[in-house]
Order: sequence, then C-alpha cells, then structure tokens
Amino acid sequence: MSATTMLDSAAEFDVRDYLRAEMMPHFLCPGCGHGIALRALLWAVHELAIDKDRLAVVSGIGCAGRLSAYIDASTFHVTHGRPIAYATGLALARPDLHVIVITGDGDCLAIGGNHLIHACRRNLKLTCLMLNNEVYGMTGGQVSPTTSETRVTSTTPLGNSEPHFNACALAAAAGAGFVGREVTHHVPKLKELIKAGLAHPGFAFVEVMTDCTEIFGRKNEMGSSAEMVLRQKSELRPSAYRDTVDMPFAAKDLPTGILARNDRPEYGEAYRRAAVAIKSAADNPAAGRKSRQ
Amino acid sequence: MNAIETAPAASMQLISGNHACALGAIAAGCRFFAGYPITPSSEIAERLSRGLPEVDGVFVQMEDEIASIAAVIGASMGGVKAMTATSGPGFSLKQENLGYAAGAEIPCVIVNVMRGGPSTGMPTRPAQGDIMQARWGSHGDYPIIALAPASVREIYTETIRAFDLSETLRTPVVLLYDQVIAQLTETVELGDAGARGRAAAAERKWASGPRESYRPYAVDEDGIPAMSRPGAGYRVHTTGLNHAEDGFPTQNPEAVARNLGRLLAKFERHRDLIDSWQALACEDAEVVIVSIGISARAAIRAVAMCRARGVRAGLFRPVTLWPFPQAALREATAGARAVLVPELNAGQLSLEVQRILGDRPVDAIHRYNGEPITPAEIAERASSLIDTTGAGSAKAPGVRRAR
Ligand code: SF4
Repeated sequence: MSATTMLDSAAEFDVRDYLRAEMMPHFLCPGCGHGIALRALLWAVHELAIDKDRLAVVSGIGCAGRLSAYIDASTFHVTHGRPIAYATGLALARPDLHVIVITGDGDCLAIGGNHLIHACRRNLKLTCLMLNNEVYGMTGGQVSPTTSETRVTSTTPLGNSEPHFNACALAAAAGAGFVGREVTHHVPKLKELIKAGLAHPGFAFVEVMTDCTEIFGRKNEMGSSAEMVLRQKSELRPSAYRDTVDMPFAAKDLPTGILARNDRPEYGEAYRRAAVAIKSAADNPAAGRKSRQ
Repeated sequence: MNAIETAPAASMQLISGNHACALGAIAAGCRFFAGYPITPSSEIAERLSRGLPEVDGVFVQMEDEIASIAAVIGASMGGVKAMTATSGPGFSLKQENLGYAAGAEIPCVIVNVMRGGPSTGMPTRPAQGDIMQARWGSHGDYPIIALAPASVREIYTETIRAFDLSETLRTPVVLLYDQVIAQLTETVELGDAGARGRAAAAERKWASGPRESYRPYAVDEDGIPAMSRPGAGYRVHTTGLNHAEDGFPTQNPEAVARNLGRLLAKFERHRDLIDSWQALACEDAEVVIVSIGISARAAIRAVAMCRARGVRAGLFRPVTLWPFPQAALREATAGARAVLVPELNAGQLSLEVQRILGDRPVDAIHRYNGEPITPAEIAERASSLIDTTGAGSAKAPGVRRAR
C-alpha cells in the first residue's frame, strides 16, 4: 500500500466508531503504548470491513487484557493466561465469528504459554495480538518472560539475569500459520501487519512492542513516552528501520514485519471435514466403521 | 420413588455410567465438549469424540484441564451447550475458571468422576472426597449446583437435568459421581428417559428487544439475566471482574452488592426446580441413613437388612447435593432417633448433615482406603445405633468417626 492510500484510509477511519464511548476515559496511563496498539487494531478491522456484530474479542488479565472493554464488539475479559483457550472454544463453536485475542507478554507467555504453543500447533483461525511491554504493568512492574536482560523491575532490583523469550520464534517453531512483529512507533505499518494477520486463514500471532511508560520506563530511566517510542528505533533496531537509523546495527534480536508464514490446513475446516466422514459412516454403518448408537 | 431405578425394561442397553453420561449430554442438546484425558472419566470424552460430530457438534481434546474448561466456557459464551469431564486432580485445576462461569453466569456442565485423593491419589479406586470441593472449590462467594447420581440410568437423566438447570439458571452445574458408578455396566432402558429429557430440554433465556435498552445483568422477577449471543447485535462485555447491570467492571459498593447479592440468592426462588432427593422408607424410620453414589446403593441393601432384623431403617439420598435439599432432610429425619452417614471420605457429607440437623446426633462411617462400604457394615452400624440409643436417650451431638 502506498503512502497516499494509507493517508486516505486514515482520513476516513474514525476510531470512535469502534470504541465504547461510555467507557471513556480509559484507564491506561498517559503515554502507554497499548492505546496505540488498540488504535492500529481497530484501524485494521475497519479497513477489512469486519462487521462489529461478527467481531468477538477475548482478552486475558493485565493492562493489555483491559483493552477489550473499550471495543464496540462482543468482548470477553476472561481469566489470567486463558484467553486463547476461551477463544478456541468460541471459534470452534461459532465459526461465523471473527475472533481476536488480546493478551500481554505475561498473560500469553508465562501463565498462558501452554495455550499459545498448542494454538500455534492446532492452527485454528484466530488472531492473537500479544502486546509486549516487557513487564507486568498492572501488578506493579514485575519481571516478565520478555524482560530484556539487565532491566530493572520490581522483582529484579539488580537487573534481570534471566534470558527473555523471543515470542515470534517460539510461535513459528510451534507451527503458527502467521507470525509477525511490529512496534507502536509506526502505526500504519502495525495496522498493515495486523490486517495481514486478520486475513490469514489459520492461527495468526502478532507481537506488538509497546511501551509501559509509567512503570517499566520510569524504573529504567527511559525518559518520557515520546523518548521511549523513539528508543524503539534506536534500541530495538528492527529491520523496518534499517534505512533510517544512522547507527551501525547490532545483532537483530527483534526483527519486525511478517516473520513466518505457512499454509497448513486450518483446524476448524479440517475438523468439520472429518466430522462429515464420521456422520456418513454413522448414517451408513455398513460402509464405514461400526457406528455407536 | 422406591429404589434407584436399575430394573431392566423393554428396550434395554448394557452400558457404563460414563457411556450414559455421554448419551445424556447429547440428548440434552450438548454440542460442544472439550476435555483432557484422566482416569476414570476418559470414556466420556472418547464417546463424545464420535458422538458429537454425528449431531454436528464439536469435540476437542485440549492441551490441559484448564484449557478444557476455558474452551467450554468460550463455546457457551458463543451460545452452544457445552460440557467437560474430569476427575479429582483435573477438577482442582478447573476451579478458577469454574468460578468465572459462576460469576459471569455462563452455563456449562462439569463432570467430576471422583477417585481416591488427595493429589494423584488412587486413580482407579472409588472415593467421594470432592463433595466439599464441588461446593467451595473456587475462591470467593458464589452459588453452585452439584448433582450426585447413583446409577447408570440416573447418570443419564441427571446429565440431562444438569444441562437443563445450567441453561435455565445460567450457572455451571457439577455432575459428581464416583468411579464405581462411572465404570459400572448396567442394563438400562433409556428410550423413555431420553424422550423426557429431550422434551424438557431447556433453552437459555436469550436477550430480545432493542440493543439500547438491553442491560446484560438486569433481571426481572426470576432473578436470571437474559444472555446475548455474539452476532445478535448486542455487543456486550463479559468479565470476571465484579460488574454492574451493564456488564462493565465496577467497584461501586452498591452496584457490587446488588449484583453479587442477586447472584448469591438466585437459586432460592428456584428450589422447586433444583431440589431432588430420594427418601426410601423414611416415614416410620427410627434410623435414617444419609448417603450418595455407591455408598447409597449399599445403603439400600442395608435398609432391607435392618428391616429384616426388626430395625426400622430408612435412606435419605440427596440427588441434588448442592444446594443441599435441607428442608427435605429435616422432614425425612423428623421422627428418627438416629442418623447415619456412610461416605467414602474422612467426613464431608456428615458435616453438612450435622449442620442441618443442629444438635441432633449424627453418626458416620468414613472410609478412604479405596474400598466401598458394604451393606452389611451399614446395616450393622445402623442397628447398633438403635440398640444402644434407646428411646429418648440421644447420644451427644457431633460426628462419630469410624475407620
Ligand atoms: S502500567 Fe504500564 S502498561 Fe499498564 S497502563 Fe500504565 S503504562 Fe500502560
């Protein structure tokens, strides 16, 4: 998509059409990156013309988990770590719905890690948006599975000494049909990535690097929210900024864009196909395996 | 009702309790099952993996016990009748999400086939040690319904009733039975029961009317909020946080007290629908045995053995275990001089019975070694209570323990 069409689209997209006005003001801290991610998601929903009545958003616990309440759709704020599992039931029972999961790095990779890897393997059509701010924001800033080494958190006062997860590498290795990462620094690019994820016929994992300004940023003396967003270029060194960052590139720990893609069969389709075979065997016991009454 | 219905009839099937549960679920309209393998409940999943696709339903084996109940609640939030099945260790894992379903009022059925515990316990041996967990297993205050069938046929009919209650009252319902009943094979006739079940199959109260005036947790006289199906245009929010009538989180003390108060009281005006028990020969009983599941089946024999030796025994068997049919228990034991609770645990049902009967003496047989309690043991203890109690000389209150 050219820069012009992006702008055109931005002009006709009014985020308020997709938000619950009665829930404003929202509870996010000033400068929190989650609001930017939410806007990008709703922009993508708008451009794909997804019917709000067919849209279901399932979210877990944490700052990211709170976002579902702001979206004018059928929204489900469930238990910590389990939004993918809830969404699996919802999407299997209701293939007519467009089901999106919003989760955070702790929700998705720590307490909910088992559900993530199996959702990647199962490849049911779901879009999982994981907002990675490297910290448990809501509970006061504890270390998370994605906290960078040496970072100070309320439970790593001397700096984190655990290696962090590369969530996209994990999702790709587990077989996710679509894997991508983007930063909140570049909203149109983020919107495009989410769009591609939403359009993918199987399980799509989209990691969004967002900033917890109020807790993580403050503890690590990362400056204002604007400064933190700028750091996304200079510190993450995503491939998206290869041409614009003037510093020599260090090892690319967190590349952005679409990072993995495959066209494995979508689980819901595959299940329904197998079900047809079971049904015809039941209707015609002589032809199929012996059926149970 | 005279005895637990096990008698063969016209068109008979020889099936296990777990098989009956799967058939009952399908008859009740269950169209989604998510589970995780665990002894001694796995046969339910195996049956439904074949049975559900035959009726355009969905079966999925999830990655763990927590995912299973989460997927079930997710499917139910989508408007589909859904069930999971497990045993003790898995039931423990499901508790947090069971609390979510209770709090957000999402219908679902959770089968817990009780085995020896604690922990991994004795997977292939019977126990009745999850009676209190079924009531109090999740954190905070919430209402729950638990049903305790005692025969293969009753597992079938109670599975249907579990769905009906769950849908009608917007609540999780626990179906609680022990390993013996689960894997016992009995000749049963389901034609009738199936037809009854289907005729009675309850539908959830669905939202109607304009979106603008719909409030997800507002109620009329019956205390049950109408649910909205995603896709029906209501676009509501569902949360495990304490919420107001509009469904959004709140910490407003009045709003929380109002909604939670309604939730906690919501079964009271529906006790006619919920309460179910069997009172066998209690009218003239001097000793009433209170028991569930396989222990209650032994007690039926024990009642006959007692009466043969001149001791007027009766049986009170709660079929709805939670909320406990306490008025019926008081009535059934009104004329009795002694009450005996045989159960396969270290003392759970007896605590509730003692609570309801106050300072009246309640005796108990508690066993937790993996062996069922025999009819002879129950008959002997029941007779001894009468022999030693004597008219008017009630024993000191409190549960007496044995084994
Ligand atoms: S605590 Fe951090 S992540 Fe949470 S809202 Fe505040 S800035 Fe955002």
